Amino acid sequence: MNGAGLDIQVELVEALLLRFLRREAGKFGFSRAIVGLSGGVDSAVTAALAARAFGPREVLAVNMPYRTSDPSSAVDAAAVAGALGVNARTVDISAMADGYFSEHEIEDRGRRGNVMARCRMIVLYDLSAEWGGLVIGTSNKTELLLGYSTQFGDSASALNPLGDLYKHQIYQLARHLELPDEVIDKAPSADLFEGQTDEAELGFTYEEADRLLFLLVDERHDALELAERGFDPKLVEGVVHRIIGSQYKRLPPVVAKISDRTVNQDFRYLRSWGH
Amino acid sequence: MDAKIHLAQLEPTLGNLDANLELHLDAVDGACGEGADIVLFPELSLSGYFLKDQTAEVALSLDAAPLARLRERSREVSIGVGFVERERDGRRFNSYAFLEDGETLHVHRKVHLVTYGMFEESRDLGPGERFGVIESRHGRLGVLICEDAWHLTGGWLYFLDGVDALVVPSCSPARGVSSDGEGLGSSRKWSALLGAQAILFQSWVLYVNRVGCEDGVTFAGESRVIDAFGDEVARLEGLDRGSLSVTLDSRATERARLKTPLRRDEKAWIVRRELERLEEAHR
Repeated sequence: MNGAGLDIQVELVEALLLRFLRREAGKFGFSRAIVGLSGGVDSAVTAALAARAFGPREVLAVNMPYRTSDPSSAVDAAAVAGALGVNARTVDISAMADGYFSEHEIEDRGRRGNVMARCRMIVLYDLSAEWGGLVIGTSNKTELLLGYSTQFGDSASALNPLGDLYKHQIYQLARHLELPDEVIDKAPSADLFEGQTDEAELGFTYEEADRLLFLLVDERHDALELAERGFDPKLVEGVVHRIIGSQYKRLPPVVAKISDRTVNQDFRYLRSWGH
Repeated sequence: MDAKIHLAQLEPTLGNLDANLELHLDAVDGACGEGADIVLFPELSLSGYFLKDQTAEVALSLDAAPLARLRERSREVSIGVGFVERERDGRRFNSYAFLEDGETLHVHRKVHLVTYGMFEESRDLGPGERFGVIESRHGRLGVLICEDAWHLTGGWLYFLDGVDALVVPSCSPARGVSSDGEGLGSSRKWSALLGAQAILFQSWVLYVNRVGCEDGVTFAGESRVIDAFGDEVARLEGLDRGSLSVTLDSRATERARLKTPLRRDEKAWIVRRELERLEEAHR
């Protein structure tokens, strides 16, 4: 695929991300990481970066299948964990999720998918306490901008190394990090229900989305310029609609201002405060 | 200007003045051990950068203890240090103090505060309004704090005032990783910019940037020294803590100015006339 300005210098990006992981974890006294490993490319890249940043023995990769998950996902996750030499664990979330689904008769596919994503978040944050490591997120920039994630589910993490990299760039990093071919080549999927693929659900390809988002967000082109570059105005409109509609997912909850000084409004401190 | 310069590429902790002072004192020890004449620290080196509401909490008056400690050490080596300055009237500035022989020789307040994109300095800080020359025992220096170097104003005024070196302390974030270029895009821009300042103003350019991360932003380091021809003579590679020592030789600057007598041919008076004309035209 033609990167159209999207191609990155992979060694440089790797160096920046390893430093980011070590420094941001280190300032809070952490030198271990925990990653939810789905068998997909984003979590594989995240685990590989964590393994290089902290050392493979300091990384816990957790595969968390539900009973309808594609069995090949667990196989791919195991292959990635094996190749990286990280600690691997499987936590089946079926009983946990089904306990809630059956009691409340939840059939809606979207709701079920979100509950599964949040069950995985609960497991990761619980194991984070056991393992003594920070939860490293796997959301990429394409996904964050499109809002293609479950709030407080797969989007929850302490540190996110991939959040400023488009899907195209994740693939470049995956090849650079020599991840298994089957993980790089397969169609991206949230694997929340059978046969689900990201691109079918979104209605456009990552290739289109990445090129468009790059011009729109990074290069700040307007709709007219994008039309001149041959983008279908309907696609542009749809993507812009998604970005605006998912802004709530990218921000902390809205706090009602009552006093003179309000958290996140005029009480402004970095996480790095004093660290 | 003949002097041994020591650029200290530090990794300050956000808002921790005590820890940061220790880093400075260690670097001063290192500079003294090398026989340096001047040790230069990055922008806001005592406080860290993305301070937001911490700005007021870490602001220092010139008689504050951390500056006094460094002032004492300036009997051994001249020191350039970045901090949030608190004025008696309550204003705060992104300042750079030059300490020498136990005195505060000069304080430059950043004129071009950066308030766009990821930066919001003007929210917490007031702008400086002067470009005053430091008359050090080692030479005449002009300070351009980071964004000050993105405008020609300061460098040009220092040039008219006959400085030997432009000191550019910075907290420049690492960004731009496109394979269309080599290395960081931000670093390439700085090279072009610092090189242009050196060529146009025929001075040494001493760029000292910090390293480390603050909430996902990695500072790019790559402190460097550029001569009056615009050629880079030394650079710290990578994003690590470190120091760079360079001996400045006045003969190199003299040769540059002999070959291309820009100062002699400058027509500064045209600026005054043209500014008056523009002011009249826009009235």
